[in-house]
Amino acid sequence: MKIKSTHIDDTFAEAFKMWAARIVITAETKQWAMAAATSMTGFATSVIGCKCEAGIEAELVAEDTPDRRPGVSVLLFAMDVNGLGKRLVERVGQCVMTCPTTACYSGLESDETVVVGGQLRYFGDGFQISKKLRDNRLWRIPVMDGEFLVDERFGVQEAVGGGNIIILGKDSKSTLRAANAATKEMRKIEGVILPFPDGVVRSGSKVGSRYKSLMASTNEKFCPTLRGLQDDSLLDEGINCVLEIVIDGLDESSVEQAMKAGIYAAAKPGIRRISAGNYGGNLGQFKINLQDLLDS
Amino acid sequence: MSINLTLHTSPEVPLEAEVLCTDKLIGLTGSEIEKLPVEHGNRQVSVADFFTVKGSPDDSISIEGDLSKVKHLGAAMASGKLTISGNVGSHLGAGMTGGKILVEGDAGDWVAPEMQGGSVEIKGNAGHLVGSAYRGSPIGMSGGEILVHGDAKNEAGHAMRNGIIVIGGKSGDFAGVNMLAGSIFLLGETGIRIGAGMKRGTLVTMSKTSMLPTFSYSCRYQPAYLRMYLIYLQELGFSVSDEQLFGFYHRWCGDAIEMNRGEILAHDF
Repeated sequence: MKIKSTHIDDTFAEAFKMWAARIVITAETKQWAMAAATSMTGFATSVIGCKCEAGIEAELVAEDTPDRRPGVSVLLFAMDVNGLGKRLVERVGQCVMTCPTTACYSGLESDETVVVGGQLRYFGDGFQISKKLRDNRLWRIPVMDGEFLVDERFGVQEAVGGGNIIILGKDSKSTLRAANAATKEMRKIEGVILPFPDGVVRSGSKVGSRYKSLMASTNEKFCPTLRGLQDDSLLDEGINCVLEIVIDGLDESSVEQAMKAGIYAAAKPGIRRISAGNYGGNLGQFKINLQDLLDS
Repeated sequence: MSINLTLHTSPEVPLEAEVLCTDKLIGLTGSEIEKLPVEHGNRQVSVADFFTVKGSPDDSISIEGDLSKVKHLGAAMASGKLTISGNVGSHLGAGMTGGKILVEGDAGDWVAPEMQGGSVEIKGNAGHLVGSAYRGSPIGMSGGEILVHGDAKNEAGHAMRNGIIVIGGKSGDFAGVNMLAGSIFLLGETGIRIGAGMKRGTLVTMSKTSMLPTFSYSCRYQPAYLRMYLIYLQELGFSVSDEQLFGFYHRWCGDAIEMNRGEILAHDF
């Protein structure tokens, strides 16, 4: 199948079941809400090395936030509920509570919850105050600019991590341009994040390594510099740059929508193929076929 | 179809009618409800002596007439809805644990004393001791909401431990006296000595109020949590201005004769 001059591989992205939380951060100004969100989503590209994946989902206007201040919604993903709870406590505590004027609320309605404010309250050293509104408990923690307000519990839900597309181009310039166009469109989809730097990753990995201590290592089949050494290289002649976009979403449908939007946006001159990463279908719970996406 | 009771004879002395409560009427027929006992002064009479009963029971009751001498309506209520079209007497919803009571007129003293849950909404005025503890009892209201759109008299929220009380109009003296926790919103003019003896909890006042000398001033700030509450009060139909919603509040800590962990947030004009 082709979109204009770009060939779409007959393959699938292999995605995994994860757990996710939506964190709504508000502040006196958009700048401070974004500062906290940026800090909170730092070093959160891959569960392999960062224990979680996180990204900014959307900016929120004041009318759409619980305290009518400007806000940002962040999605954070981990492999299990327990791990997600720990990462939330760490990141809300270190990156949001520390940021001037912020407050932090759960953005997901779910029967499954993890304790966040209920842990962070101890920072108040006995001066913290609990309030209950609409069956929801909040903690007011005294800080040097007033109070940090945080929900006691955050809703969490099953989610999908590791959706992806791989863009194979003739050079770095055209591949970067295509990747930028793709991420711009993918970010319009609600319920997804692109956890890598500005949404794009160049160091696609495979499971395992010749070095026993490593869980993952470079995916040499997609490395242009190694094409001459690899009998089973996945690159054709003329492909000199490969970039991947990883998508985590609150459900399979949102990941599929984002992948589809990304594929159409990335199919530009200079892009020879668009593919996807998988492990032969042996590891992930979700297989998202590229050609099925385009047919839908 | 709900049960509808209409007062046909005004009681000469207080009528104690705690049987008129959603939970106690479920499963009864109209004639069985008419035979239920109520106390008229020191005499036991039946519901039919004062009320006309219509409809079949479900989880809602409406009562019409001037019930200002009818006491203990909705006492110990746990679920359903009780609507009173008119004024109502004292001890409304005493000790209730759930459900909703709506009064279209005024309520007497002791609205929902020692309430544990549910909601009481008074469209008119309320008397003394809204959501309070009974005399000699250490804990007053411990959950739920009491929403008074009009005025309330003295000692609203006495020994309150949890929940929300909102007084939309004027409030009397000693609001939040001996309060243990919870939140009281005084949206109109307030009486004197608010928060006297409070241990914890929050009193929010929108009017100029003199503080007791046992309260100490902390700061002027914009509490984010307060906006969430005020937005909620707007949704409930209370008048909250943008100046109150987005404005600054003075925080006073007290009462120093007790734990000193309570707070009064006074709107900065």
